[in-house]
Amino acid sequence: MSNKEKHWQKTKSHMIITLCLWAFFSMVIFLFGHEINHIKIMFGYPLAYYMTAQGSLLAFVLIIFWFANRQEKIDEEFGFGEKED
Amino acid sequence: MFKGGFIQNLPKIYGLYTGGFIVFILLMAIAEQAGVTAQTIGVLFVAFTVAIYALIGYLSRTVQVDAYYLAGRQVPTVFNGMATAADWMSGASFVALAGGVYFGGYSYMAFLVGWTGGYVLVSTLLAPYLRKFGCYTVPDFIGTRYGGNGVRFCAVLVLVLASFTYVTAQINATGTIASRALGIQFEQGVWVGLVSILLCSMLGGMRAVTWTQVAQYIVLIIAYLIPVFWIGNKVGGNVFPHLMLGNEVERITELESQFGLIKNSAADIKAAGVPGGLKSIAVAHAGVGAGGMAVWKYISLAICMMVGTASLPHILMRYFTTPSVKSARKSVAWSLFFIFLLYSSAPMLATLSKISLMDPNLPTGIIGKSIADVQSIEWVKQWSSQKQVFIADFNGDGILQLNEWFMRTGVVVLATPEIAGLPYVISGLVAAGGMAAAMSTADGLILAIANALSHDVYYNMIDPKADVRKRLIVARVLLVVIGAAGAYIASMRITSILGAVAWAFDFAMSGLFFPLVLGVWWKRATREGAIAGMLSGLAAGTAYLIYVYPKFLGNPAWLGIDHLRFGLIGAPVCLVVMVVVSLMTKAPDAATQRMVDEVRVPSGKAILGRAH
Repeated sequence: MSNKEKHWQKTKSHMIITLCLWAFFSMVIFLFGHEINHIKIMFGYPLAYYMTAQGSLLAFVLIIFWFANRQEKIDEEFGFGEKED
Repeated sequence: MFKGGFIQNLPKIYGLYTGGFIVFILLMAIAEQAGVTAQTIGVLFVAFTVAIYALIGYLSRTVQVDAYYLAGRQVPTVFNGMATAADWMSGASFVALAGGVYFGGYSYMAFLVGWTGGYVLVSTLLAPYLRKFGCYTVPDFIGTRYGGNGVRFCAVLVLVLASFTYVTAQINATGTIASRALGIQFEQGVWVGLVSILLCSMLGGMRAVTWTQVAQYIVLIIAYLIPVFWIGNKVGGNVFPHLMLGNEVERITELESQFGLIKNSAADIKAAGVPGGLKSIAVAHAGVGAGGMAVWKYISLAICMMVGTASLPHILMRYFTTPSVKSARKSVAWSLFFIFLLYSSAPMLATLSKISLMDPNLPTGIIGKSIADVQSIEWVKQWSSQKQVFIADFNGDGILQLNEWFMRTGVVVLATPEIAGLPYVISGLVAAGGMAAAMSTADGLILAIANALSHDVYYNMIDPKADVRKRLIVARVLLVVIGAAGAYIASMRITSILGAVAWAFDFAMSGLFFPLVLGVWWKRATREGAIAGMLSGLAAGTAYLIYVYPKFLGNPAWLGIDHLRFGLIGAPVCLVVMVVVSLMTKAPDAATQRMVDEVRVPSGKAILGRAH
């Protein structure tokens, strides 16, 4: 397998892992919205309410920062990192 | 004090600008104390901020194609994040989001998840690859990847349909805010709004829009967060509302069961003469509905908004302006961070607004008080006279019940400062923030449409030999024409703000999502497949919209897929048709395959040369 192909393999699996995290915070949690809403966190927020109002949103921000950093490392590992800035 | 170029000095320039804006707010506060009327303060806020944007637009004028279409590809990561956030957060986000949460509760908040979660798709599947491609517009990518003017034209078609649906709603919002702040008719407000929008974009294209959007983001986020923190502190000393409103949420649930959540019948509402568009609280603030349908309704709405986000051209094109591929990726993260600041505050504002009105222990509480007392409150009088709030004493006991208090959704943001007893200067600030939000989105959308028509249709299809001067003149003429068309439709008041906004996402996901994603991720995707996919997806989605929308054919929704979710019909049709037709046609040639390989690595030159 050429360098380019290996890089693309790794990029693909990184994408899939990221999208699994995304699916968890955007869909899987809310499958159980009714069941988890009696759990109280942070002095009174019902859990499902908290996730849709704030928690999942924050998770997306963190997921994208993590995704970008790890993808940069993958690019550098195969010598495709960009030099400028 | 400024050494080096404009880009190196950006933090200083915008730091000064932010400081200047805060000084302006303080001056207005002093003016209010000195007896300047609320009306004048409102006018000053809107006029001052719009004048600043126009000045930035003028200073960013350009005669270069790269600067006009891509802001010279030198917008730093964090600033591009701010510009994208302003581009993204529309007048509807600013004015109607908190109101939507206020009335809709948990199920409405699927919009919050949808409008943020989509950025994960943007960063993983699209933004870095489109940046590497080096295109000027989204159809530019489709046209080059699949080859040919036919496929390019289909992409332009979807782009125009989705963006134009969206832009009329934005111009509508600028009109509403301008008319209220300046005390003029709505129809005049729309044209005032349009002129302000064009002042920001006409001379400098993407470059001017970028730098005004950063300025608009700063205004809108200050205008949104100050009231949230201020009211949060006023109501029970919540220093940091986002972390500390748990007990208020609990208290609202308690009060809801005490007052009772009653859904008024349509006949009662009609008999009492409640003005159209006003609602009472009938849905639990933090409760979650049980059953499979409730879950499906929530998740299907979130999916439509997420996939739609990843296909909206005015957002994708912001990532063409960064200096490198990795900065495009990081820039998506910063965009979402800046969006998160506002979106996570909307439910907090709704909570604060609700508790202020409902809690009898607070001086601002009105539910459970005598109607005569409530009607003599200054802000109630003022907003009632504008038909924004309404009291209907259904049971005739002279006491205001929860189901007897009606508000328009926009009022939650616009009136909460007054409800909580904040000085008027905050209301003026909120008006300026709403104006900034609506203008920045309208600018991005009009530019996306005008650029697609000028670059893809005019330059690539009609006159490929046109010189730079001619191309930019065409681009600017189109900008004015499209803006005017949008303003004309907005002035006819056809759709409500949010219905139209959700449609734009569904149109974009029906026609563009899979052609864009498969263009990068599936080498076997062919031109014929892309054309067939775009057209059939768009046709299926539109046909379903007509079938289900109450004002068109009004048939019962199939599996709960109503007119807000018609992308769920369009996008799968697009995918299936695109894959089947691609497999039936000849695989793309070696040159195209090599091009896709090149797109997948970040280093090296952009696929499309510099000034193409």
